[in-house]
Amino acid sequence: MKNAKVQIEGLISPFTDLATTVVAKDTTSSSTEYRLSRGYEDEKLQRVTERLPCREVQASMLLALMGEPEQCSYPSMFIYGHRATGKSHVIHTLLKELELPYATVSCVECVSVGLLFEQVLLSLFGSDSVSLLSRSPSLSDFVRVYKQLCVQAPAKQTRYIVLDRAELLRDMAANLLPAFLRLQELVEDNVTVILLSEIVWDKFRPNTGCFEPLLLHFPDYSKGELQQILSEDSHPSYSPELYSAFINILLGVFYSVCRDLRELRHLAALNFSKFVEPLEQGKVKEGDTHKLWRNIEPHLKKAMQTVYLRELPYYSKFLLIAAYLASYNPARTDKRFFLKHHGKIKKTNFLKKHEKTSNHLLGPKPFPLDRLLAIFYSVVDSRVAPTASVFCQISSLVTLQLLNQVGHDDQLDAPKYKCAVSLDFVLAISRTVSFDMVKYLYDFL
Amino acid sequence: MSKRKVKETHMTVGECISQVQVILRERFCHQRLPEKPVGMESQHKHLLELLRRTAVHGESNSVLIVGPRGSGKTMLLNCVLRELLEVKDVNKNVLPVHLNGLLQTDDRIALKEITRQLNLENVVGDKVFGSFAENLAFLLEALKKGDRSSSRPVLFILDEFDLFAHHKNQTLLYNLLDVSQSAQAPVAVIGLTCRLDVLELLEKRVKSRFSHRQIHLLSSLSFRQYLDNVRSQLSLPQDFPDTKFCEEWNDGIKTLCEDQPVVDVLQRHYNSSKDFRSLHLLLMLALSRVTASKPAIKPTDLLEASRVCMVDSKANILHGLSILELCLIIAMKHLNDIYDGEPFNFQMVHNEFKKFLQRKSHSIHNFDKPVVIKAFEHLQQLELIKSMDGSTAKIQKEYQLMKLMLDHSQIMEALQKYPQCPTDVKQWALSAFG
Repeated sequence: MKNAKVQIEGLISPFTDLATTVVAKDTTSSSTEYRLSRGYEDEKLQRVTERLPCREVQASMLLALMGEPEQCSYPSMFIYGHRATGKSHVIHTLLKELELPYATVSCVECVSVGLLFEQVLLSLFGSDSVSLLSRSPSLSDFVRVYKQLCVQAPAKQTRYIVLDRAELLRDMAANLLPAFLRLQELVEDNVTVILLSEIVWDKFRPNTGCFEPLLLHFPDYSKGELQQILSEDSHPSYSPELYSAFINILLGVFYSVCRDLRELRHLAALNFSKFVEPLEQGKVKEGDTHKLWRNIEPHLKKAMQTVYLRELPYYSKFLLIAAYLASYNPARTDKRFFLKHHGKIKKTNFLKKHEKTSNHLLGPKPFPLDRLLAIFYSVVDSRVAPTASVFCQISSLVTLQLLNQVGHDDQLDAPKYKCAVSLDFVLAISRTVSFDMVKYLYDFL
Repeated sequence: MSKRKVKETHMTVGECISQVQVILRERFCHQRLPEKPVGMESQHKHLLELLRRTAVHGESNSVLIVGPRGSGKTMLLNCVLRELLEVKDVNKNVLPVHLNGLLQTDDRIALKEITRQLNLENVVGDKVFGSFAENLAFLLEALKKGDRSSSRPVLFILDEFDLFAHHKNQTLLYNLLDVSQSAQAPVAVIGLTCRLDVLELLEKRVKSRFSHRQIHLLSSLSFRQYLDNVRSQLSLPQDFPDTKFCEEWNDGIKTLCEDQPVVDVLQRHYNSSKDFRSLHLLLMLALSRVTASKPAIKPTDLLEASRVCMVDSKANILHGLSILELCLIIAMKHLNDIYDGEPFNFQMVHNEFKKFLQRKSHSIHNFDKPVVIKAFEHLQQLELIKSMDGSTAKIQKEYQLMKLMLDHSQIMEALQKYPQCPTDVKQWALSAFG
């Protein structure tokens, strides 16, 4: 009597109970038949716990909601949480290790709904099932085929369909999401649809409502938990303590910007070799963390930056500079900047102090082609003929997405453009042609 | 699912709990039909009478069952159908055709489905042959040939009826209702919908052929009845194998429903929604906490389940943001306060954030712009901020106009709960003007 009680506990109890269950198993080994037929084996549960550090609470709650394999399960669950909080990992580990029938589909891969249906049927019913679907199947076909297959092979255990990146379902057919949420009712099978997403459920609900799924939240890892998980993959040739100290430093620098486990893991792998460089050269000992810290810090700081620049032809550079000036200066100031004899303009008049926000906050303004060319001719030193190549360069700047054409109505006659590069970029370009950009910008006077 | 015969009436606690889980889970998840629908006796009578007239006397009818989601429309209809099919002769005579607006997204698919379910002559195996026009002509001819006395009545059940009204020209609805109006084969068209304005969606010619019979399922459940319902939902049936355990369990449920904190929780759920689905969700969460080591539902289980149900998911998401992302949200909040809800772009937010860094902050060091942009993009990915105009390609990222999708109070609450939030950030959020 007591024996059976202990074993049932192991099936769906929180994982903290596991240790006691395993101990109890050693002393008494009768009625194993019962345990095998009803719930999950202890060994399997043990294996699952090992693979899910810091997710014990979520995993045991999920297991409790899923129930024993033969029992009914809730039609749909929606699991949300930040990127890399172990949503898919926990689900996949549970389903795989406990050997339940399941299908996982990433919605990114499914460019058409047909692919989605195919993948679900393939993993649930084997390769023969796909041939039953027509070439571009509708939802109706999918449900019909599923029902038909289900009659042939009734579910002995709850079937699971896991849809990763479920927010993309919203952009597919309008009926897809509501239909999947009530799939259990539509196909009359013991099936549970699990949706995984980073976005909250409120943004999913269709206008006319739908079957409400069971909402589960996967909270973010705390700093301690991140430390624990990251410390697990230590370098074989160094002690775990050293690696742990390195992770501590890494988290100190990056934690305020990034809590993405995957990103942090990548950064750790990237920078560890730099961290142990002084050790390799024999300059410092392992215990001297302060010196190691002094060595790694600049590397980590640098890792947060990226710089890039593209190479452009000479006139294109000036065209881009002209476009930038046209986009960020008001047209009424052109006279003051670009005419040699602009007459008298009072400085007080010219600089309107009451203009609250600068153009660099509001973004670029559109300008006509004429104005671009006028500014171009006034900034470029030599005489340039308005040849086809100049106009070609303008349109190639558009294809490079350095300029944007605004409004498609007038292709030839009077096209309008916007400049689409940042100040840093254009400053760097102006330096290469030794042009003093800042002098001509209204915002910096 | 059927359990093997239990020889002795006494089972171990583990077996009992397993059995309880099987029974209650089927109730909550599979929406098993109850013996008799609760609280909708008159509607039940009305619908049963109507369908019986079609099934027995060959009268053509059309009816709409209207009610909010989770109010028991499908349950009522299925109860009525079950009862109807128990009547002698009807069982063999009636042909039910189930259609769902979610699945049959256009008339072509719906028509194939009808042909298939009626097993007409152009069906071979599971495939339907012929074009749309042929199928329609075929179906109409088949229906026309019949008459009131000799042919078998067809029940068309249209789930999500409002979606059928979006089909082109409403051909299917027109034809079905037209058949129900003229003396052809006896049909009953039963529509289920959650839209109260569903008749406004119908075309004039379709609307005129509809009988305008509507059955409304608007819940008139009082809190007392709601509580009774909770008790009966959680109680075990009389034929439970272990009578002693069954009695104990049912007594436990009775005391549970009289516990004051539990009643308060249920009152709160009753106030937010009276439908059965959300109740089932709550009870399911409570049930999942029952194990062999804890073989009863305790008040704490229900309180915990309610907490899971009622949680604000956006607050959960805010909790997991990095400090940088949180700072950006505060900057957006300030921009919203200053410019009275005008949309903003990245530059403005960045500017506001830089002002904070220069003037007040000691705990947060300077970030490079690409890093800040990345944080901003992450917020956009989480749909906490939303782009004002759809075209993303044309405008630079920095200058796209955005709107904050969060409430003032949500932000402040998140700040209170944020683990190890630096004091200067908190103060910055509290100060009226950045």
